[in-house]
Amino acid sequence: MNYFAIGLAGAAGALLRYATGLAGSAAGFPAGTFFANITGCFLLSFLTAAVFKMDRFPKKLAAPIGTGLIGSYTTFSAFSIEAVQLMDKGDVQMALLYIGASAVLGFLFSITGIIAGSAFLERRVRE
Amino acid sequence: MIGFLSIAGGGFLGAISRYALSRKWNRTSLPYGTLIVNLLGAFILGMIAGSGLAGPFFLFAATGFLGAFTTFSTLNLELAKQVMERKYKEFLIYGGMTYIGGLLLAFAGFWIGNSM
Repeated sequence: MNYFAIGLAGAAGALLRYATGLAGSAAGFPAGTFFANITGCFLLSFLTAAVFKMDRFPKKLAAPIGTGLIGSYTTFSAFSIEAVQLMDKGDVQMALLYIGASAVLGFLFSITGIIAGSAFLERRVRE
Repeated sequence: MIGFLSIAGGGFLGAISRYALSRKWNRTSLPYGTLIVNLLGAFILGMIAGSGLAGPFFLFAATGFLGAFTTFSTLNLELAKQVMERKYKEFLIYGGMTYIGGLLLAFAGFWIGNSM
């Protein structure tokens, strides 16, 4: 049952990522994947640190939403091949910018999501 | 419509596969499950992209399945947790293996796919 729910959420996540990608690449930069990856990092961290821990949140939904929906919305394989293809085209500077921006901002957005989520949860508990 | 279904079908199977693997292998302080899906997915997508495949099968296998099979959000959540728990050694090993390994494997796959 849980597998099925995760699969359905994964399908939705993949479609969302595709829709984001249709917005296209801005001046050679893979903006679609980048946007999906960065926003997904914040969302997953925030949900994990706050929403999934709330008493009223149905525990059964944590894996479908976190692992299924957001896990599939973000992607590592597309990130890697886009960087390789930029290099292959000789656009090394853009490739390095893409790799650096994704790694650094992905990490920072995750940290921010955890901190914001923990603060949010604490406030909810105190009230 | 066929494109829509291809992506959804691939995403369905990719998410389930990742979940099954990470449940099995993410139990240590290094999340091997996520590492394996990301490295494997980067290599296979490299091959598909290198071979120049397009159409509904590309949407199913690349955008749907491999896109959902690999993940960037879980990777960074795991990295962030390692830093917050002061597991700096694990952080460097895990981050290094993922990014260096993933990019090298995507390149190797791309090269193999290109020459097939």
